[in-house]
Amino acid sequence: MDAVQVEVLLQTLIAGILLGGLYALIGIGMTLIMGVMKIINLAHGELMMVAMYLAYWLFVLFNIDPYLSVFIAAPLMFFFGMAIQKYLINPVLKVESILPENQVILTVGIGMVLANLATILFTSDYRSVPVEYASDAWYLSDFWRDSPVELSLSVPWSISFLFAVVITVALWFFLTRTDTGKSIRATAQDMDAAVLMGVNVERMRLITFGLGAALVGAAGCLFIPIYYLYPALGGRFTLIAFVITILGGLGSTVGAIIGGLILGIFESLTATYVGMGWAPVGRFAIFIAALIFLPGGVASILRRQRLGK
Amino acid sequence: MRKYQPYIMLLLLLLLPLFGLSTYMMHILILVIMWSVIGMAWNLLGGYCGQVSFGHAAFFGVGAYTAGILYFKTGISAWWGLPLSVVIVAAEALIIGFICLRLRGPFFALATLAMGEVLRVTAENLRGFTQGALGILIKERTWVEKTWYYYIIVLIAVGAFVLVKKIIESKLGYYFVAIREDQDAAESLGINTTLYKTIALTISAVLTGIAGAFYTNYMGYIDPEIVFALHDISIITIMVVMVGGVATYWGPVVGAVIMVLLAELIRSLPRIGTAHQTLFGILLILIIIFLPNGIVGDYPKIKRILGFRRRVGTTS
Repeated sequence: MDAVQVEVLLQTLIAGILLGGLYALIGIGMTLIMGVMKIINLAHGELMMVAMYLAYWLFVLFNIDPYLSVFIAAPLMFFFGMAIQKYLINPVLKVESILPENQVILTVGIGMVLANLATILFTSDYRSVPVEYASDAWYLSDFWRDSPVELSLSVPWSISFLFAVVITVALWFFLTRTDTGKSIRATAQDMDAAVLMGVNVERMRLITFGLGAALVGAAGCLFIPIYYLYPALGGRFTLIAFVITILGGLGSTVGAIIGGLILGIFESLTATYVGMGWAPVGRFAIFIAALIFLPGGVASILRRQRLGK
Repeated sequence: MRKYQPYIMLLLLLLLPLFGLSTYMMHILILVIMWSVIGMAWNLLGGYCGQVSFGHAAFFGVGAYTAGILYFKTGISAWWGLPLSVVIVAAEALIIGFICLRLRGPFFALATLAMGEVLRVTAENLRGFTQGALGILIKERTWVEKTWYYYIIVLIAVGAFVLVKKIIESKLGYYFVAIREDQDAAESLGINTTLYKTIALTISAVLTGIAGAFYTNYMGYIDPEIVFALHDISIITIMVVMVGGVATYWGPVVGAVIMVLLAELIRSLPRIGTAHQTLFGILLILIIIFLPNGIVGDYPKIKRILGFRRRVGTTS
């Protein structure tokens, strides 16, 4: 390997880690919902798309920076998620039916409506937010003059990554240090036991769905400066979120973070070495490999390590 | 009377083209019957065996491409794609089953969804083999008239209906329902759940694949966006069964009639045309909340509600 190849590889890895951080945020939202409600939210990517349009219009109409709109869009998505849970998913949980997957199909319906409404309202044009710092980057040679390889770090990508890390840490504190957070984890572990311990499961479900929506909404805002936006993008990110949750282990938050990073790096590698069009296939190849060789996801390895001690 | 019902239906179906329907009407009929076949196939796996698949486009698309590629690469009539697709789709179903059937419930659903997407992306990128996004065009149409296409799809549909009915009434069908109701209990009673789930998936896939191969012959053009479509194939398949009635013989047929007519109706309305997915989505949400077992499955419920309304109407 000569210097150029090393450069390309390192650059690819950096891009992968930055992307993986954002993926992790999307995955955590889905894994939380899956853990507590035992359903897969197939409208997850569409919720992100809604948040992205929110951030887009906030920028275009009021000139609010996408990073600031995290603080507007995430709370709004929180309430939107709670409303979906309360008025659409809860009624279905009570209905008797042959297929238990009704709730999953319901979220598909919600996703379809959201994606199609976005197409009607905003057309299917690709949009992007023209922030001034979009193409800024830090270069390694600026800091270390004689470095053998030249690497660059895109400014918006790194800010988005930092935001994602901060949000993830905040979420970790919320889940481990507050009463509500502990109740959510209790509900995820064993719903019946949680009910017996006096946890208001119904409320925890509402909060969890809201939280999942808020997290993916925040991720949407963070994606805005570095990505383009179109109504059909939701389906793609729903699949990404699902692959991450399978990779990480169902319902495991730490697993989702690791899964997100793995997926980000892997996608970045396929995009560089195989070709852009194949990135989605790479995503599913890793997904299938995870299903066959590591059915419990990264979480099962973590658990084994902890038990082995 | 009830005993002869299917035969009367069959006779009606066979006589229908003699009434001199317009080409458009025949087209709608063919679509309805094709969707019934796909619905029946999905119903066998999803309704009876309880394995909800979100990726039937994977089988539909492979069936369609088997016929398309056969014609395009070798010049043999695309109709040979129908028998060939049986073999190819069955092999595909075994592979997909090996990967996905280790998952349960919603996870199986999403894994199949991923499979459909993988195949779509693959078909788009393998340009040398599938022509990529250009698609495959069948240059010589077998018939200009639609009558023969109609009889062929009716034959396939009758075959599928009888096959599903025979399977469900046999021991196999009871195994399927047992797996749907409680997989662990079925396993503990000595049912090899993996084997039977694979059987259900393979039969379901093969029927869908035949419908796909027929689609290539009938429409004369396929591309990955059409035949591997997530919303327009996989989700509509689920809707056909959900609307009609899960785990009922006639549910997919009723669902296909409603969905195809609805799709045509919405598409023909000038302004609302672009919103068809919104309307389908809302329909899906309403069906799941109010008629979770579909029109056929919840028929007593519908009759009760309607009957109640009528009585109120006459007394007041």
